[in-house]
Amino acid sequence: MLRRVAPSLRRALAASAVPRGGCGARLPDPGLSSPHALPPQWRRWASAAAASSLPPPPPSPPQGPPRHAGGGSAASSLNPAEVAKFAAIAETWWDSQGPFKPLHLMNPTRLSFIRSTLCRHFRRDPYSAKPLEGLKVIDVGCGGGILSEPLARMGATVTGIDAVDKNIKIAHIHAASDPTTASIEYCCTTAEDLVKENKQFDAVISLEVIEHVANPLEFCKSLSALTAPNGATVISTINRSMRAYAAAIVGAEYILRWLPIGTHEWSKLVTPEELVLALQRASISVEEMAGFFYNPLTREWSLSDDTSINYIAYGIKKSEAPSATLQ
Amino acid sequence: MTPTPARASAAAAHALLRRTRCFAAANQIRTASRAFSSAPAGASEPQVHFLSANQKVAGDDELDVAIVGGGMVGLAVACALSNMPLTKHLRVAVIDSNPALKSMNYLKKDGIPDSRVSTVTPATISFFRDIGAWEHILQQRHAFFGKMQVWDYTGLGYTRYNARDVSKEYLGCVVENKVLCNSLLLRLQEQKEDIGKMVYPTRLVSLAFPSKSRNVGVAGLKPPSTEAEELCRSNLVKLDLSDGQTLYSKLVVGADGSKSNVRQIAGIKTTGWSYPQSAIICTVEHTAANDCAWQRFLPSGPIALLPIGDNFSNIVWTMSPEEASRHKSMSSEDFVMSVNRALDFGYGPHPNSSSLDHYVERLFSDFGGTAASTKECFEVPPRAIGLISERMAFPLSLMHSHDYVSKRLALVGDAAHTVHPLAGQGVNLGFGDAAALAKVISEGVSVGADIGDLSLLNRYETDRKAANIAMAAVLDGFQKMYSVDFGPLNVLRAAAFHGAQYISPLKKNIISYAMGDSKSPLFS
Repeated sequence: MLRRVAPSLRRALAASAVPRGGCGARLPDPGLSSPHALPPQWRRWASAAAASSLPPPPPSPPQGPPRHAGGGSAASSLNPAEVAKFAAIAETWWDSQGPFKPLHLMNPTRLSFIRSTLCRHFRRDPYSAKPLEGLKVIDVGCGGGILSEPLARMGATVTGIDAVDKNIKIAHIHAASDPTTASIEYCCTTAEDLVKENKQFDAVISLEVIEHVANPLEFCKSLSALTAPNGATVISTINRSMRAYAAAIVGAEYILRWLPIGTHEWSKLVTPEELVLALQRASISVEEMAGFFYNPLTREWSLSDDTSINYIAYGIKKSEAPSATLQ
Repeated sequence: MTPTPARASAAAAHALLRRTRCFAAANQIRTASRAFSSAPAGASEPQVHFLSANQKVAGDDELDVAIVGGGMVGLAVACALSNMPLTKHLRVAVIDSNPALKSMNYLKKDGIPDSRVSTVTPATISFFRDIGAWEHILQQRHAFFGKMQVWDYTGLGYTRYNARDVSKEYLGCVVENKVLCNSLLLRLQEQKEDIGKMVYPTRLVSLAFPSKSRNVGVAGLKPPSTEAEELCRSNLVKLDLSDGQTLYSKLVVGADGSKSNVRQIAGIKTTGWSYPQSAIICTVEHTAANDCAWQRFLPSGPIALLPIGDNFSNIVWTMSPEEASRHKSMSSEDFVMSVNRALDFGYGPHPNSSSLDHYVERLFSDFGGTAASTKECFEVPPRAIGLISERMAFPLSLMHSHDYVSKRLALVGDAAHTVHPLAGQGVNLGFGDAAALAKVISEGVSVGADIGDLSLLNRYETDRKAANIAMAAVLDGFQKMYSVDFGPLNVLRAAAFHGAQYISPLKKNIISYAMGDSKSPLFS
């Protein structure tokens, strides 16, 4: 259920008004969008409020004609040589034992949160195999498509966007191997660009992205603009708490080596209070929040009330004044 | 590969078919306690094709789940999937050439029971209830039993279990294997309007799992649509069948017995050993109905007398292979005498209140309230008056597969593990597998997972491996304990029996474990 953390709201408001200023940020200017001004490990995900996702896949830079904005449905449009070349990389993104193992482990848990909230939001039958049938859903920062594909299998009409062209290629190739996911529309673009195109979706989902963007408030406003009135927005990220520092940065990056060092920068992490306020300012009222709990013994993630490390939030886009969200 | 070359290789497949037949005929003995009672599967060409290859429309050869082996456990997987809201839409196929998969009527209750039976536990019964198949069992022959007596030939110990001890109505139910299969088929028929489309009355010739680096068709040789189709199929398991058909599936379930073809093709290794023992099974008749399961440990192995309704009982008698062949060939009169001797005074005296009993009772009386049946006296099982079936003998072995799953593959039942049949646990473990696999698939569907995904299937393996290994170890330990006739060990064994008889919490736990309720008899 919704965790309202009233005492810290004011503080959080202040924090989100001056996004990352006081927190010892290594970024000189929150509005900065040039990749070259960012610390090296950030260049990969650069661009202000860009919808990029977790670490990029390893080797071989793409060659041949760049495949931007793609109607993903036609596998026929694939160049077989490209397919063969990227299949190997796609296997890394999609290797559940590989570098993205933690995401794969976490995926069912975050999907079950999304499934149950969206079923309630859109009054869908939770016992249906395809409860999201007919819903237009966008996965902002789709990476290799490990969230987009399950959403498509649940029946949603999915658009996946990512700022990293390589990710989009991999996602596109992987999805083409299953008829149910081949219809996902993958596109190398950013949330802002889609807003400019006046695109809207029934549900906007952006997992593990907001901690990588330059300006979380602007990012929230873009997500809001993409959400149709009364539509749903789902965001997950890592809390800026000591526990999160210990678990997600020291643990996952330095000790377990799950993630490349530098994947997460503590000062850029967003607390639940800040997220609630940022979304509120973007006309999205957060209805529900849950934490993720990792049990190292069973190696399984589960949902809990504890939002001190990883957490996920679901909100409803207010129906009034949808145009006022982007200023 | 496209269907065309597959069809072209039908002749080659036919040659293979012959070989598989021999293999299947040989397997017939091994699966004696499992399979249908009908004629050997390899006896004749399958007469009726439910669906011939050319009737199929495009895309019909793509499945979600292909179950190889239509025995009890394979059918249970199919039935469980068709009964859950999230999995009932899945395209499921059962590949098995056994003609018994075509019979869809209740088996007569008044005939002579088949000697291939299973003792199903309350856990299995509740699984069958959940999937809607138990009511069909109740329409056919079955025998609940509420009492069980276990004793050994040294005359030092015995223990009696009563369903009352655990506040249950029964301890288990003995059902013919063909009734279990039939009930699952009948339930499937209720669920799927055309079960004929689900059952492929043919054999698996070869399996090809998707390679890591996907093969992509050579550019420009094929029209784009074919290429897309091929890309999709390259991600699925390809199954070539003996009738020339080719199927593609997201997940293959190996339910094809202890010598699983699927497991061998997938290259999954096993650990195991043969016991220097065979089991003889047959049906005998009494003058009155038997309502108790009896098991006596003899120097050569246990003999079990299980009620199977009316005045009939089923015999499962473990002995050395030489003894087994002798008992198989002796006259039926001699065999009945031998059975009665083995269940009565043969090999040693009846257990009675001995001095040991006295001490043990004193020793354990401090452990709190004793179970009601600890006061029950030893009874002599009802005598058999005649042998009414053939005697079948099959060798015993313990086998455990190193992995239950790999990408797009899951093994269930005997394909994953075989245990000593002495407590009738084998098939219950198999049904446990079926229930767990179906549940994991359903969870996968709910979060939009690819149902052949290894990280999903790993959850099934984690769930089942511990349970199956524990049971196999317990049964193997039992078997080892009784295969040695050594004085001090006999006393220990007897003490163990007494322990089981007098420490009620332990006894309750043992019953619960045997009933499939709890994880371990010692720590629950």
